[in-house]
Amino acid sequence: MVKFALPRNSKATSGKTWPKPQGATETREFKVYRWNPDDDENPRIDTFHVDVHECGPRVLDGLIWIKDHIDPTLTFRRSCREGVCGSCAMNINGQNTLACTKSMHDVSGDAVKINPLPHQPVVKDLVPDLTNFYAQYASIEPWLKTTTPTPQKEWRQSREDRAKLDGLYECILCACCSTACPSYWWNSDRFLGPAALLQAARWVTDSRDEATGERLDYLEDPFRLYRCHTILNCTKACPKSLNPAEAIATLKLKLVERQV
Amino acid sequence: MTAQPPSGAKSMRTPLGRVRNLGSAHSGTTDFWRQRLTSVAMILLIIPMVVVMMILLGRNQAGAAQILGSPPIAIIMLLFVVASIWHMKIGMQVIIEDYVHDEKLKLASIMANNFFSATLALTAAYAIFKLSSGV
Repeated sequence: MVKFALPRNSKATSGKTWPKPQGATETREFKVYRWNPDDDENPRIDTFHVDVHECGPRVLDGLIWIKDHIDPTLTFRRSCREGVCGSCAMNINGQNTLACTKSMHDVSGDAVKINPLPHQPVVKDLVPDLTNFYAQYASIEPWLKTTTPTPQKEWRQSREDRAKLDGLYECILCACCSTACPSYWWNSDRFLGPAALLQAARWVTDSRDEATGERLDYLEDPFRLYRCHTILNCTKACPKSLNPAEAIATLKLKLVERQV
Repeated sequence: MTAQPPSGAKSMRTPLGRVRNLGSAHSGTTDFWRQRLTSVAMILLIIPMVVVMMILLGRNQAGAAQILGSPPIAIIMLLFVVASIWHMKIGMQVIIEDYVHDEKLKLASIMANNFFSATLALTAAYAIFKLSSGV
């Protein structure tokens, strides 16, 4: 059966409360998930106090401040710090989002509670293992597939057909949507998840692609596609305001269209 | 989040190999379509069905048999039984596939779901035929 509770060795315990920074006039409490693969201990939730006058306003600024000033072993992914690379996706106060675009002042409650993306194996602290997620993306073959010989110039596309890709091509593969999806939690080994399916819809929708039927063949499966029950957590979580649920619905409609 | 490696982590198969696994079943669309078809059918049938149930309320078997002897009423009942039980069977299968991960238990559950749905549908249809034909 599906597991509704965390395994015993994955249950987080209350961790260390780090001392408040000296001389700080205003601080914000951060409760951060910590797990180290090198010891045999359970994960723990550490409490930090961030000097809000010494760091930027985003949650990522707070984490970088903690790493610089309190605990250099705190581990998380980050790169562009402007919502383009998708590296710093994490669960902030129960919502998957990007730490670099989320203001710590918009987080309600006493503390900013930060966990890794849900239901993924953890590499260390806030770094999830997304190997399966990336393999699922690779499996939908996210590139233009054609049989017609490549033209001398570019593959042509009308403005109207190009406009159909808006809302699909902007995905940054941060995994916020897939790891917010209960169907993905229960069946991530077989369900491709909202991110890979949104990308599949992007290539199925592309007027230049000549492998639409093969792409739909690959997706037509009770688990790969039809585990989506339109729960809409994906759309709520997307930090780029995309709508993976709608993209998945277009795939289902195309499959019905070619059959009925 | 879980600090445990995924169950297949020790396998030496590549991640892409694991995702592709046995390939596509090339099915699922029919069930998806039928679930929508039966939903629409039930929307259309629910009001006539409620009216029939209200007419049947408080009547004895002879009275019920007389009402169900009317072909349109018997057909409404039969259509509702077919649409609702078909819908229930597909819905239950989806729930089983979602939550039951043990392959043997899953197959047994899907079998039981099919047997239960078929029995229920045929029993209801038999009861309607019996009453409506006055046998």
